[in-house]
Parts: sequence; C-alpha cells; structure tokens
Amino acid sequence: MAITTSFTSNPEAPPAGANRTAPSPVAAHVAPKRMRASGLLRSPRKGRKSILLTAVMALLMVYSLLPLFWLAVNSTKTQGALFSSFGLWFSGPFALWDNIATVFTYDDGLFARWLGNTLMYVVVGAGGSTLLATLAGYGLAKFDFPGRKATFAIILGAVAVPGTALAVPTFLLFSQLGLTNTPWAVIIPSLITPFGLYLMWSYAQESIPTELLEAARMDGAGEFRTFFTISLRLLSPGVVSVLLLEIVGTWNNYFLPLIMLSDPKWYPLTVGLNQWSEQANTAGGEAVFNLVITGSLLTIIPIIIAFLFLQRFWQSGLAAGSVKQ
Amino acid sequence: MTTVSRISRPLRTAARRAKRSWIGWAFVAPFMAAFAVVIVAPLAYTVYLSLFRQKMIGGNAFVGVENYTQQLTNPVFWDALLRVSLYMLVQVPIMVAIALAAALALDSARLYAARLFRLAIFLPYAVPGVVAALMWGYMYGTHFGLIGNLDDFFGITLPDPLSSNLVLASIGNIMVWLTIGYNMLVFYSALKVVPGELYEAAEIDGAGAFRVIRAIKLPAIRPALGVAIVFAVIGAFQLFNEPNILKVLAPNAISSHFTPNMYAYNLSFAGQQYNMSATVAILMGLITVVVAYIIQRVAARKEA
Repeated sequence: MAITTSFTSNPEAPPAGANRTAPSPVAAHVAPKRMRASGLLRSPRKGRKSILLTAVMALLMVYSLLPLFWLAVNSTKTQGALFSSFGLWFSGPFALWDNIATVFTYDDGLFARWLGNTLMYVVVGAGGSTLLATLAGYGLAKFDFPGRKATFAIILGAVAVPGTALAVPTFLLFSQLGLTNTPWAVIIPSLITPFGLYLMWSYAQESIPTELLEAARMDGAGEFRTFFTISLRLLSPGVVSVLLLEIVGTWNNYFLPLIMLSDPKWYPLTVGLNQWSEQANTAGGEAVFNLVITGSLLTIIPIIIAFLFLQRFWQSGLAAGSVKQ
Repeated sequence: MTTVSRISRPLRTAARRAKRSWIGWAFVAPFMAAFAVVIVAPLAYTVYLSLFRQKMIGGNAFVGVENYTQQLTNPVFWDALLRVSLYMLVQVPIMVAIALAAALALDSARLYAARLFRLAIFLPYAVPGVVAALMWGYMYGTHFGLIGNLDDFFGITLPDPLSSNLVLASIGNIMVWLTIGYNMLVFYSALKVVPGELYEAAEIDGAGAFRVIRAIKLPAIRPALGVAIVFAVIGAFQLFNEPNILKVLAPNAISSHFTPNMYAYNLSFAGQQYNMSATVAILMGLITVVVAYIIQRVAARKEA
C-alpha cells in the first residue's frame, strides 16, 4: 500500500516494476530516475558492458580520428619528408615550429590576415545572426500580431531554400550594389539563419511561460525591458547553442566568400588555404603542401578547443533541436 | 483541477487575442529586413534572370520558359542531376545508418568509455569542409597519401580513389566522415528524453533489447531522423565544395559540370551565362523542395 501511494505523483509508472526494483517506498519514488541515469535500467540485461560493442565503436572512433591524426603527424614534416615517409608516423626532422613560422610569414604574413578576417566574419556574422534569430524567434513564439502565421510559413519555407542556389544571384545583385570584394559581401548573407530562428522559436515556446510575461505586463514593464531582463536569461541555453552552430557555420564558410571575394586580403582561412593548395597546379606556382597541412591544423584547433570547452551547452542545445518539431 | 482549466482556457485565449497587437513586429522586423535583402531579393532576381536571355539583337529579351526547356533537354544537366541522385541514394542511407547505430550504442549503457566515444566521433563536425576535402584529398593521393604508402608497403596497386570510377564514392566518404558525429548526437539527445518508465514496462513484459529498440527507441527518434534525412538530402543535391576542391587533385575525374551546383557556378563564372546559371539554380531549388517535402510527408504518415 505504501508503495502505491508513493507513486501518486506519477500515476503512469507501473507499480509492479517499482515493486521489483525498489525495496522501500522512498526508494521506489526516487529509484527509477536515479537508476536510469546510471544506466542500470537501460537494457534488460542490467547494463552488462559489452566488449564486442565497445570494439565496434572503437573502430568508428579510429575512422573519425585517423584523418586528424594524419594531419597532426604530417604538420611536423618538411615538404621533402612528406613525399618520402609513411603518412601515419613521424619522420625526418621535427619541423612543426618551422612550418608554423613559415605559415605566418609566407606571402607577407597573409595567413595571419586570413585568420583575422575569419575572426571578424565569425564575430559580426555569427553574433549578428544569433541576435536577429533570437529576437525574431521570441517574437514569433510569444506575440500574436497581424501576419504572424504568414511570416512564419515564409521563413520555414526558406529553410528548404539551399544557400548555394542563391549564391550566384546574390553575387550579381551585390556586384550591382558595389558590395562584392568587400567584407560586407560575406557578412550580410551570413546574418540570416532560418534554421537558427526555428530553433529559437521552439526553445522560446518551451522555456518561457506566457503567464510570466503577462505578470510582467501587469507590473507595467515594457516588452523590450521584459525581454532583456527576464526572457533572455531563460533563453540563454538556446542562444548559446544557436551561437555555436553559427560560429561553426561561419568559420567553415567557403562557397560564399569564394564567389564574393577576389582580393586575397579579404579571404577567410578556408578560401586562402584552398588557394595555397591550388598553387601547386598553376603554372610557375610553388607547391606548399606542408604549409597547407600546417595551416589546416591551425584552422581547426581553435574550433575544436571551443567545442571541448562548451560541451555542456551544445549538448543541451542539440536536444532542443531534435525533440521539438 | 481539470474542470478549472477547461473553463479558463477559452477565457485565456480570448484575453490573449484581445492583446493582439503590432508590438511583436518590433522583434521580428530586423530579421525580416535582412531576410528581404539576403533571401527574397536574390530569389526574385534569380526567377527574373531565368525568364530572360541576352540576345545578339535587341539585348535582354523575355523568353518565357525557353531557358527551362533548354536545360531540361540538356544532357549535361541530366548527367549532373543523375550523379547527385545516385550519390544521395547511397550516401544518405549509409550516413544515417551509422549515426543511428552509434547513437543506439551510446544509449545502450553497455559501452566502456562512452563519453570518450561521444566526443571523439563528434569531433569531425568541427572541421571545415574545405579542410576535410584537402586532408582526405591528400590522403587519397598516390604521392604522399596513405594509398601511396600502402601501395609501396605491400608492393601492390590499390584502386585509385581519385579515378573517375571511384571519385564519387571518395566524396561520399568525406561527407559521411564530416556528418556522422553531429547526427549521432542529435539522435542520442532524442533518445535521452525517453521516459524511464517505458523501459521498465518493457522489461516487465520481457522484451529483449532489439524489441525495445523497435518499439520504443526508433519511434522516439523518428522526428529527429526525418529532419536529419531532409538536411542530408539537401546537402547531397547541393554538393559543391568537396568536388570543387578535389577537382584540383583529380582534374580528369571531375568535370566542370560534375554536380548541378558546379555546373551553375561554372556557367556564371567561367561562361558569363547568367541566365542559364539562374535557370539551373531554380530547377535544383524546386527539385530539392519537392524531394524534401515528400520525405517529410512520408515521415509524418508513419508517425500517425
């Protein structure tokens, strides 16, 4: 009897199961959650670790890490050693520091300039698009205004419009406006993320109780004040995950800057690295494979560090995007 | 409690409707302004371009659907479209299957070092597509790549991943490598929110691991699966970066019209044929939207 009453707060749970897994009423109430979290209830065979399954996953991990390992190993080689040694182990003089120094001094230090450009595109583009998507997602989720449904439908439709399909016409439009070959040509298009807006919309619906906003209105708070003092705090996990998606998107952007920019001094890292790689094939061009490899390593290190440090945020953010539809 | 909420709901909606005002636009307007510049204007301009043509006499002239009929009877366009369709039919199922299996393995609690796997398999997502294509491209190469190493070591000649027979599969491998981790984590997040009571009930019913996967886990994951497939399909139809970068390493295997997007790009930037380029872009956009819509419908029907 005691066991069943302890379950009144959760009538869906089968008492029989509680009976079997929990000896005392208190434990019956607490146990399912805790045991689930520790994985004890996940599989019928009570969480026995499987060596076979672990081995298969280890193979997948090797596949995922092998190219990164290859990159790290080969960024320590001179160009000569690249051609004469086995790819998956160190060989020849340890040239990593030389390579890094050359990456930053080659072409009058253009790589540093590309790194700076990329950082600028990321800060302005990813920051701006996250801000716009947060405001608009919140507005669409929490306000009823004329044209709301139509606006939402149009934006959702745009999720399906592939960015690359619009790239060439955007280039033609921007060239008539005199914007091509300027940073604006990269920044302006990256300000819009229909998918980010969709994520913010679903997150705002989920995490901000309408009653709370109504209470703030009763107290006479303006809508923007409410947004910045109350809602933004509740939205912050969603904001961080959209920001991370946008940072990765902008940091990795290639197609748009490729067509918009012709002057290497505005290139981001991605376009610049590919230009160094193509150099080997152009007449009279110098092959700089060691610089491309070391430059690639330097390009991915900051973003990998960002991901390792911000794990907690993007993992919860991914959940928000996958569950809500 | 239920009676109260039943009464108060219509009242509350009425109150909310009374508050219907323009204030919401203040939040949405900045996004929509940028949206108009970045998406609506180029889209309208693309449609306009696709309906006109530069004529020797009379300059820019309206030609109706003539550009479309020309592209739809153009073997080069069909060749590119068939190639990405084939690519999509192979790459998307493989990628989704591996990501799904990995997510189920992570969720099974039967792995040693599950946290390590989760992080390591996700890492490639942080690698820019350009760097991935360069890296794999070098590894595929016979000069200082792994294939060359293996050839030397065993004294054999492995099939060249950059030959015209294999290059599409090699590109598919790069995309699989880049996207498995992200999709695995999305699926895994969807699995984590399954209520524990469901598993308990299944255990009482004596359901085995595979039955639990079929009856509980897959239904829980289905919405996320639908979204992932739609994005993978869009990515397949829009394939550009990887073949365009590998083209430098494999100029004979990858033509300038290898994918529809490369075709559109080269029509514009190598051929100055902006009207044809716009037509290809619109056709590909329409095909993508239709296919994405069909997938969503299929996913939704299974849910019901």
